[in-house]
Amino acid sequence: MISELLINAFLVTIMLSIAIALIKTRTVIFTVILTSAYSLVAALMFITLDAVDVAFTEASVGAGISTILFLAAMAYLPKKEEESIRSEFIPALSCIILGGILIWCSYDLPEIGQLTAPIHQHIAPEYIKGSKEDIGIPNIVTSVLASYRGYDTFGETIVVFTAGVAVLALLEKKNAAKKNKSQPKQKIRKNA
Amino acid sequence: MISSTIGIWNYWIVFCLMMIGLFLVIGRKNFLKKIVGLTIFQTSVFLLYITFGKIKGGTPPILNESIDTIYSNPLPHVLILTAIVVGVATTALGLSLVLRINSEYGTIEEDDISAQDLVDYHDDIETGKSVDLNFNQ
Repeated sequence: MISELLINAFLVTIMLSIAIALIKTRTVIFTVILTSAYSLVAALMFITLDAVDVAFTEASVGAGISTILFLAAMAYLPKKEEESIRSEFIPALSCIILGGILIWCSYDLPEIGQLTAPIHQHIAPEYIKGSKEDIGIPNIVTSVLASYRGYDTFGETIVVFTAGVAVLALLEKKNAAKKNKSQPKQKIRKNA
Repeated sequence: MISSTIGIWNYWIVFCLMMIGLFLVIGRKNFLKKIVGLTIFQTSVFLLYITFGKIKGGTPPILNESIDTIYSNPLPHVLILTAIVVGVATTALGLSLVLRINSEYGTIEEDDISAQDLVDYHDDIETGKSVDLNFNQ
């Protein structure tokens, strides 16, 4: 039992070091690669925490599609990040204070893996019991996703559709602006 | 003592990851870095949820024949599956906004953009043009 938790602690510490490297780096390509590595280690963590469905979704969508999106956007953007003129002291201080409060509160959370934790008492046992008779799929996550909480999935598709429409609208405007960008600006200069 | 520390070690690191993500969003002036910060924050919240769903000695929630198997809680897994896909949709939307800002201003640094806006504003005042505060044109 303890070895499982040790592997967990090790992986999560790797994630912390990747995140610290993300703060340090100023090159865009390293940022993208580190984000991808972060998602992959997160997928490993999900496997050790028994969430296999989440693990392969994270590996394919989080580490795959996001990285492709970041790389595609990167091609049109500056390759280096500039140092800010303003001081980063106040944001850092507020993050440290908030993190301290959260860690202080973590003593009230149940330890990892306790069967008596409140989250395991309410509705999950009924899903586990009913999945076989009600829906007949051995994978409980699938039956909850598609049947018991089907409206969530419906809402998700609406969100994804809206995001797709918004992205298309934005990029369309970008192309249109590029085509007649030089014309109006020169006119204004002439008048002035 | 050691086992109880390991028992909440995950929470501590997850909170540190959340704060790193938040710092990237509010502290850094580069828009691409802000979006990366959002991704970091999201993934750490996913980890927190999945950590809640874990049961010691449990198996992944896929039914098998034996009666006394303990399954980990499937409900957080379902919620996070939805959240991962929505997260990628928001990332795509944010990136296209950044691309649009870059094609308009030629930079994605917040300092440079506010400086350019200030210069435009003063130019408009000097030339006597009516000042409009929405920077659409």
